[in-house]
Amino acid sequence: MIIKEKVIKYGNNVDTDVIIPARYLNTSSQDELAAHCFEDLDENFKEKLKDRKIIVAGDNFGCGSSREHAPLAIKASGVKLIIAKTFARIFFRNAINIGLAVIPSEEASENVKDGDELEVDLEKGLIKDNTDGKIFKINPVPDFINEIIANGGYINYIKKKIKSQTAG
Amino acid sequence: MAVENKPQTMAQKIMARHCSRQYLNAGEIINAEVDFVLANDITMPLAIEEFKKIGVKKVFDTEKVIIVPDHFTPNKDIKSAQQCKILREFAYEYKIKNYFEVGKMGIEHALLPELGLVMPGDLAIGADSHTCTYGALGAATTGVGSTDVAVAMATGTAWFMVPETIKFIYKGKLKPWVTGKDLILYTIGLIGVDGARYMSMEFGGPVIRQLSMDGRFTMCNMAIEAGGKFGIVEFDEITGKYLEPKRTREYKIYQSDDNVKYFKTYEIDCSNLELQVSTPHLPSNAKAARDLKDIKIDQAVIGSCTNGRLEDLKIAAEILDGRKINGKVRTIILPATQHIYLEALELGYIKTFIESGCAVSTPTCGPCLGGHMGVLAEGERAVSTTNRNFVGRMGHPKSEVYLSGPAVAAASAIAGKIATPEEVL
Repeated sequence: MIIKEKVIKYGNNVDTDVIIPARYLNTSSQDELAAHCFEDLDENFKEKLKDRKIIVAGDNFGCGSSREHAPLAIKASGVKLIIAKTFARIFFRNAINIGLAVIPSEEASENVKDGDELEVDLEKGLIKDNTDGKIFKINPVPDFINEIIANGGYINYIKKKIKSQTAG
Repeated sequence: MAVENKPQTMAQKIMARHCSRQYLNAGEIINAEVDFVLANDITMPLAIEEFKKIGVKKVFDTEKVIIVPDHFTPNKDIKSAQQCKILREFAYEYKIKNYFEVGKMGIEHALLPELGLVMPGDLAIGADSHTCTYGALGAATTGVGSTDVAVAMATGTAWFMVPETIKFIYKGKLKPWVTGKDLILYTIGLIGVDGARYMSMEFGGPVIRQLSMDGRFTMCNMAIEAGGKFGIVEFDEITGKYLEPKRTREYKIYQSDDNVKYFKTYEIDCSNLELQVSTPHLPSNAKAARDLKDIKIDQAVIGSCTNGRLEDLKIAAEILDGRKINGKVRTIILPATQHIYLEALELGYIKTFIESGCAVSTPTCGPCLGGHMGVLAEGERAVSTTNRNFVGRMGHPKSEVYLSGPAVAAASAIAGKIATPEEVL
């Protein structure tokens, strides 16, 4: 899969409370969550989303709460991919589990600028910055995680596994 | 060296036992059996939605699924009531034994140990980031999301990456009023909010050996605030004594091998450690409370899964006893469970709180995450014994939270600004 989109850039320690404030967690509706995504961090997020669909951030993206509402809100907003220098543990597994693409890349995080256009080839493991021509390699992820991603999330992966066990 | 003789950390040993292995390497991904799976009124509705997609007819074990509606309960609004209804109906339909209704409910991470639902050597997950609290009992438990809980409810298993371990050795003699909260805020300040990202934080040394269970729970609770996967303390006499009346099943004690290789070891001399306060907007902004001058507060909160236990209320009561809180400060005290509430009542703490001008609440996570029972307005400032001070955490995005232990929170409530007990006693 190739994702070609422009970048919204954020800094370090973007926490789950600014991704989706807890005051909106009295619902599981993805549309409602998306409506309030990043509202305490960036009041222009929705405006930016019109022509930008990749988030690039610094260290420890998604730190804080275990709320899966955070990656769900981002995914439902239409964001295609998050690249960060590092991800907080629970956010990272939640994103994988729900099928939201997340890539840890120190190089891309440091070099890519707000508004740049990226072309990301997930199969080949390459991030190309079309604005300045730089290319960054994506570190390979463990097979198990790739399998979850290939199945479109953890639930589909498990359903398939349970099915094959009952069949076998 | 044969693999089974290779030195391992407690976390590695516990994880290995749960996937029938002798030895695990840090960084390995395993699929392991869990001893229980936990979720609350925020995370469970999503987990139920995902669980139903899997298509199994029952949960893996009706005793090992634990549901605690504690965040927006007693239901704060219609939407929260709807969410709680989803989990209540699920609990009845799937015959979940450990569902705790309002009235029996407490804040999950205080409630589970109190009821003996967590035992040393357990491996467990919870859809709440502070699930790492139970490491205080020598268990490996960690926060995950709703989908992980859904799968674990169906299969009794979860995937884990085996973490590296950072060892923290606390030495010296603690100053008066200094508690586990000050140790952990200081530690997070030392290593940063991602200083233990993906890692197990093992707390030890002579200071920990003398620290109460309540203090240990507080420390392990905030491991996540440094990015940690587990906060863990070795089983000792104090653990054994705490567990004696609560023991619900057999347990196994694990200790890290003496010659194990830690990712890093910190030795911390606590003799000069001051009461700590973490300033907005990161838990790692830890500073000595007495260096913070003239920081006026509008609210003080004493409670949460971090500091809503009996020892915390005792400290607050000692400071508030016979004194009045500042007229401009709203002080909210939330015992973490009904049992703690009752004990505090019997010991006279609740009377002290009410007479000094505090509001005392039924157990709820409420204000900690800006849900209800003490939400901040624009420009307001709180000192709070909770665990996070991110932007908007307790209410308006332009409000501020200063994190502290119960002593500073109680003293600040009296002073009307951030203060240490010495300033008000």
